[in-house]
Amino acid sequence: MHAPAPYDARTQFWLGIRLFFPVAISIAAYGVVWGVLAGQAGLSVLEVALMSGLVFAGASQFVALDMWTPGSLPVLSIIIATAIVNLRMVLMSATLRPLVGHLPLPQALGTMFFVSDEQWAMTMAEVRKGNASVAFFLGTGVLSWFAWMASTLVGRVLGAFIDDPARYGLDFAFTATFLALLFGMWRGRGDLIPWLVAALAAIVTSRLIEGNWYIIVGGLVGSFAGALIETAKERRHVA
Amino acid sequence: MSLEALITILGMAAVTYAIRAGGLLLANRLPATGFVTSWLKHVPGAVLASLVAPAVLTGGPAEAIAAAATALIYFVTRNLFATMAGGVLAVYLARLVLGG
Repeated sequence: MHAPAPYDARTQFWLGIRLFFPVAISIAAYGVVWGVLAGQAGLSVLEVALMSGLVFAGASQFVALDMWTPGSLPVLSIIIATAIVNLRMVLMSATLRPLVGHLPLPQALGTMFFVSDEQWAMTMAEVRKGNASVAFFLGTGVLSWFAWMASTLVGRVLGAFIDDPARYGLDFAFTATFLALLFGMWRGRGDLIPWLVAALAAIVTSRLIEGNWYIIVGGLVGSFAGALIETAKERRHVA
Repeated sequence: MSLEALITILGMAAVTYAIRAGGLLLANRLPATGFVTSWLKHVPGAVLASLVAPAVLTGGPAEAIAAAATALIYFVTRNLFATMAGGVLAVYLARLVLGG
C-alpha cells in the first residue's frame, strides 16, 4: 500500500466521517447512559472527561463504573479488569499492519489509540473492498472519539433525564451494524468455514466463560481455521 | 479529584493503549509470509462473526427475527445506515409484539 496524496487523504478522512456517522449516533446513545451512570457512581465531570478522553473504551468503562467506590477505590482491580475487557483489541490492531505499515513507527503507533470495535470493523470492511486508507481509519476514529467524549459529558451534566437505549432497540444497532459489515466482507465460499467455526466457538465460549472472552476465542479459532484451510489448499496446488 | 481516582484513570488509559499498540507491535514481529498473512486476513471476519453470533443465535426470538430482517435489508439495499435503522426498528417491533 502506497501513501495517498494529500487531497486524497482529506477526501478519505471525510468519507470515514460520513460513513461512520450513523454508528456514531448509537455510540452516543450509550455514551449518554454511561455518563448518567458515572454521575451516580460518584465521578466528577473532570473524571468523566479524563476517562472518556484517555481510556476511550466503552465496555471497560462500564465495568469500571460497577467497581467504582469513591474513598476506597480498588485501583489495581479496576486496571486489571480494564485490561481483560480490552484484550480483544490486540487482534484488531494486529490486522491494521497493512494499513499503517508505510508510516514511521511512532506515527503508526499513534493511530492505534483510536482502535475500537465499531470503527475497526468499518475500516476492515473498507480494506476488504480495497479502498481503505489511514485517513479513512482516522476519520472514523476521530468521529468515534468526539461522539463518545461529548455524549458521556452530556450524560454526566444532564443527569437523570435519559432512558435505557435497549427500550428503543438501540442495543441492536451494534449487532445490525456488525452483521452488515460482516456480510460486506464475504469474498466467497472460503469464508464460510472460518465464520461458522468462529460463531460456534464464540457461542460455546460465551456459555462457559463470563465476560467477553468469546470474542477473542471465536476470533482466534475461526481465523486459524481459515488460515489452515487456505495454506493446506495452497500446498496441494504446489504438490 | 482524588489522587486515587487519577491513578486509576491513568492506569486504565495506560493498559488500554498498551493493548492497542501491542497488537501492531506483535504483528510487526511476525513474519509477513503465507500462514501469518492468511491468518491476519481471516481475523476481521472471525471477530465479527464472534461478536454477533451469541447475540443473534442465543438472544431470543425477537433478536433472531430482527437478525433475519437485518440480513434481508442488507442484501436488498446494500446500505449500512438503512440496515442499521431497519434492524433497530425490527427488534423494537419484535420485542413489542413478543413482549420480550
